[in-house]
Amino acid sequence: MHPSAFMSTMSTDLASLALSVSMAAAAGLIGSFAIMRRMVLAADPMSHVALPGIGVALLLHRSPLLGALAMLLFGAVLIWAIERRSRISTEAIIGVTFSVALAVGSTITSGEDLIDALLGTPGALPPWESALGMLGPLAVIGFVLSSRHRLVISLVSREIAMTSGIAVARTELYFLLAFALTIGLGLRYLGVLLMGSLIIIPAAIARRFARSLNGMLWIAVGTAVSAALAGTSCAMLTGQHSGPWIVMIAGGLFFVSLLKPAADR
Amino acid sequence: MIHALEVRNLTVRLGGTEILRDLTFSVPRQTSLAIIGPNGAGKTVLLKALIGALPYTGHIRWAPDTILGYVPQKLDIERDLPLNGHDFLRAKASLTKGGPAEIGQAVRSVGMDPAVLRTPIGSMSGGQFQRLLIAFALLGRPNVLLLDEPAAGVDAPGHAQLSEEVRALQSGGMTVLLVSHDLSVVYRYADCVLCLGRQGFWIGPPRTLLTPQMLSEVYGAPIGFHVHDVH
Repeated sequence: MHPSAFMSTMSTDLASLALSVSMAAAAGLIGSFAIMRRMVLAADPMSHVALPGIGVALLLHRSPLLGALAMLLFGAVLIWAIERRSRISTEAIIGVTFSVALAVGSTITSGEDLIDALLGTPGALPPWESALGMLGPLAVIGFVLSSRHRLVISLVSREIAMTSGIAVARTELYFLLAFALTIGLGLRYLGVLLMGSLIIIPAAIARRFARSLNGMLWIAVGTAVSAALAGTSCAMLTGQHSGPWIVMIAGGLFFVSLLKPAADR
Repeated sequence: MIHALEVRNLTVRLGGTEILRDLTFSVPRQTSLAIIGPNGAGKTVLLKALIGALPYTGHIRWAPDTILGYVPQKLDIERDLPLNGHDFLRAKASLTKGGPAEIGQAVRSVGMDPAVLRTPIGSMSGGQFQRLLIAFALLGRPNVLLLDEPAAGVDAPGHAQLSEEVRALQSGGMTVLLVSHDLSVVYRYADCVLCLGRQGFWIGPPRTLLTPQMLSEVYGAPIGFHVHDVH
């Protein structure tokens, strides 16, 4: 291989690795709060809300990532608004929204494009997608770390949060937007079917062992990043999609974690 | 404003049902108001309306310098929630710019063993968790404390100790609004009692209001209570 070609491949691989790691860290953090808010299972259906956006973007010959992000962020605001109006649980509203989105998405997305959307697209990314892939997770990480105290109080009691001066509705909207952004960015690299798993599995492992908030966040991020590093490396070696590898490794870690008793409470 | 709170013509409807109707009362600063009444009379609804968590008609006016501390009725916390007492108090302290010293003071003032703060909040006993909630409410130096059955789920000695601690807070200059089913505690500690009944509401000093005849009217059944000796 020519040295310049080798360097180019190396830099692509490193960029891909950096993207996976930042995405995994964001997924671990957002998943920790999602599991504590009893909405972790919503990650999977929520990811399907992106499908109509991907379909429309492909029809218009635009980036599927932009279509997915636009639809997910719109979906997050819609879910938040319905929840405020109806007081139906977030999970139930996401369930309804996801079913409709999946139905709409399947009529306008098909074939190979759908497979790519479901499993993620490997290979080199345009510079703006790489930049977005790095900045998006950093924004999510920044939000979770700076808002963790508000999120903690809100999940214990809305009324306590209100009397503590927290704008509960706004905090919930920002959380849903960060949740949607994490899923949207992950779709491009992991795929619709797999992004939800990276949010659920590390948080599920962390919840078994953590006895404090910091413990929860560290274990979830550590697990997600380890799975991303190992999965991306396996994908590079085999030339396959990284998404399935990352999720298989995260799933393996979950089953290994079952061998150790959960934290004594 | 000489009162900590003024309420006029307060009406709260939930799901088409009128829970509170045309309620008017005021609470002078640095006094304690006990809110009593049978189940379903709207005691918790009143507190939630006062903190702005429920829609209402009428007027609720807090003194401009009011800083609220709120202790809700027993919360249903998942046992395996990975949050311990430290996490919970630090979260509030970070909002009120309080430090470890303020947390330590709040914990001491409710008679809580600091070692308990390492326990996940879902695994705390009823008494430990109630104390934690009160310590949480005290962070940020509130001047009004709203307590919704703070001794629910607490054993008898813990109950008496909590009552003494609440009394000490009020003596320190706090205005206290307390929902309670324990009429002996109300009789002993409250400056004023608001009785919410199905037929209306009554307000006045405990000695005037907590009579067998009045209690029978409020609760719809004969009610007796024991007045503990005051030490």
